[in-house]
Amino acid sequence: MNDTSDSNDISSAFGRGGKAPRANRRVLPGFGLSLGFAVSYLSLIVLIPLAGVFLRASEISWEEFWSIVTSRRVVASYKITFGISLAAAATNAVFGLIAAWVLVRYSFPGRRIFDAIVDLPFALPTAVAGIALTTIYAENGFLGQYLYPLGLETAYSRIGIYIALTFIGLPFVIRSLQPVLESLDKEVEEASATLGAGRWRTFFRVIFPAILPAWLTGFSLAYARAIGEYGSIIFISGNMPLRTEITPLIIVQRLENFQVAQAAAVAAVMLVASFAILLVINVLQRWSESLGQARG
Amino acid sequence: MNSHRHSKQHRVRSSALPQTRSATTEAPWVRTVLISLATGFLALFLLMPLFTVFIEAFRSGISAYFSTFEDRFIRHSIRLTLLTAAVAVPLNLVFGVAAAWAVTKFDFRGKSLLVTIIDLPFAVTPVIGGMIFILIFGAHGYLGPWLEGVNFQVVFAFPGIVLATTFGTVPFIARELIPVMQAQGRDEEYAAMTMGASGWRTFFKVTLPNVKWGLFYGVILCNARAMGEFGGVEVVSGKISGKTNTMTLQIQQLYFDYATVPAFATASLLAILALLTLLLKNIVERLSGRES
Repeated sequence: MNDTSDSNDISSAFGRGGKAPRANRRVLPGFGLSLGFAVSYLSLIVLIPLAGVFLRASEISWEEFWSIVTSRRVVASYKITFGISLAAAATNAVFGLIAAWVLVRYSFPGRRIFDAIVDLPFALPTAVAGIALTTIYAENGFLGQYLYPLGLETAYSRIGIYIALTFIGLPFVIRSLQPVLESLDKEVEEASATLGAGRWRTFFRVIFPAILPAWLTGFSLAYARAIGEYGSIIFISGNMPLRTEITPLIIVQRLENFQVAQAAAVAAVMLVASFAILLVINVLQRWSESLGQARG
Repeated sequence: MNSHRHSKQHRVRSSALPQTRSATTEAPWVRTVLISLATGFLALFLLMPLFTVFIEAFRSGISAYFSTFEDRFIRHSIRLTLLTAAVAVPLNLVFGVAAAWAVTKFDFRGKSLLVTIIDLPFAVTPVIGGMIFILIFGAHGYLGPWLEGVNFQVVFAFPGIVLATTFGTVPFIARELIPVMQAQGRDEEYAAMTMGASGWRTFFKVTLPNVKWGLFYGVILCNARAMGEFGGVEVVSGKISGKTNTMTLQIQQLYFDYATVPAFATASLLAILALLTLLLKNIVERLSGRES
């Protein structure tokens, strides 16, 4: 039915250089089909099920909800999940910046291998990472045997959680920074050097402001990913209440005890936190894009 | 005194490094330090866990490694994982293509909201990805009593595993496709349409060949993520060995039972899959770079 109007719109669209911001809705076919399918699919698989969490959490009274989500054990788990995730994301921010810089700017043997392997935490199942890291950092493990005598209990501890979350978040800062570093105009750095700035000064005054939004985006992505992480943590953390118990594990345990409303309450808190971080990431990405467009 | 030191420093620097160092790179020692830090960090966090999987898998020799896969429960978990991915990946493929077509070929209000919602499952803990389907289809869920009436089990059964896996892997194909199709623009499709091609013909003959590599990598990545899904299926599957244990759940059970070699041998299959995925990503990037 829409087809009859298409030919008219195509000519008018081409008349405006093929851009046609408003008319193009009818130029190419399948708008209704593709958008309709995408939205229905997302609603069925993602949105309605997630809404179920809030619906179930709303079945209990506000006082009860509040006492569940602020109970001692749950609050301790927030501190572990959100606190150690922050430490891991910060570690990735520092080393990810160095790694991205080195991978983009320098040539050295093995550079391509290192560049290719950066995505490993993205492709390797978290359970596999969990058992591998636990084996390395356990008391008799490859690295644990040297770290334990130094007083560093690297497995079944918060340090273990930190190690696993650093692994999980590793790709994000590097992959956010690489394209921006590649697109930087070398002439600006040359100009800075010509005007007498040293390399450090050039970095902090010229390069760093240009990569800041991408850097923060990578940091936030690593943080968001770390907060939700479950698979690798349950192997390396030891899962001790109040000490190494993460919030997603609390949800799992409440479900296993058939305390569904309690699980939903804690899950609702985590969902709100995830939404908030996703929003921040969106703002950062838009900032990054506008800087990129300004550069041309 | 200050100016004296400054000029001396300047003289030393220019004599020691004639023309080799441009103004836009760092001193050799800085480069060495930075390269060491970066490669050390990547080796510690990426290479070491990867090697550990294979070292532990072959700890008792090659025959012990291969005899792992004669175990009935492990074989079943591999079959279940393959079957789950065989349902979840095509679902997300159709969704990914539809979403990318809508987002990149048209302008509409709420587009950025749609893209954000596509990302949502990636930001949400996988545990919630399993829990939501218990809330709906579980014994005490909204549709639980009705499902019991028609004698159809979702939770602690294959449909639940597929749903949790599909939820967790929703973003991956769409996310790979959208930037590629964005970069491709709309002009070629406009041209095909003016020359009288139908919508489907335009899609299969013009759009698809242009984005095939991005789409291919998206499918492979989605597959790797589907086979590696853990938190969601752990909650929804009931973890019954030989019935609802996927590979990752079987690995967990073996590991907690101190069956280290079988656990790592099964894990090594998923590690190989991850390595193949990374290899493919590099090939695709090189190929698409050459084409453009």
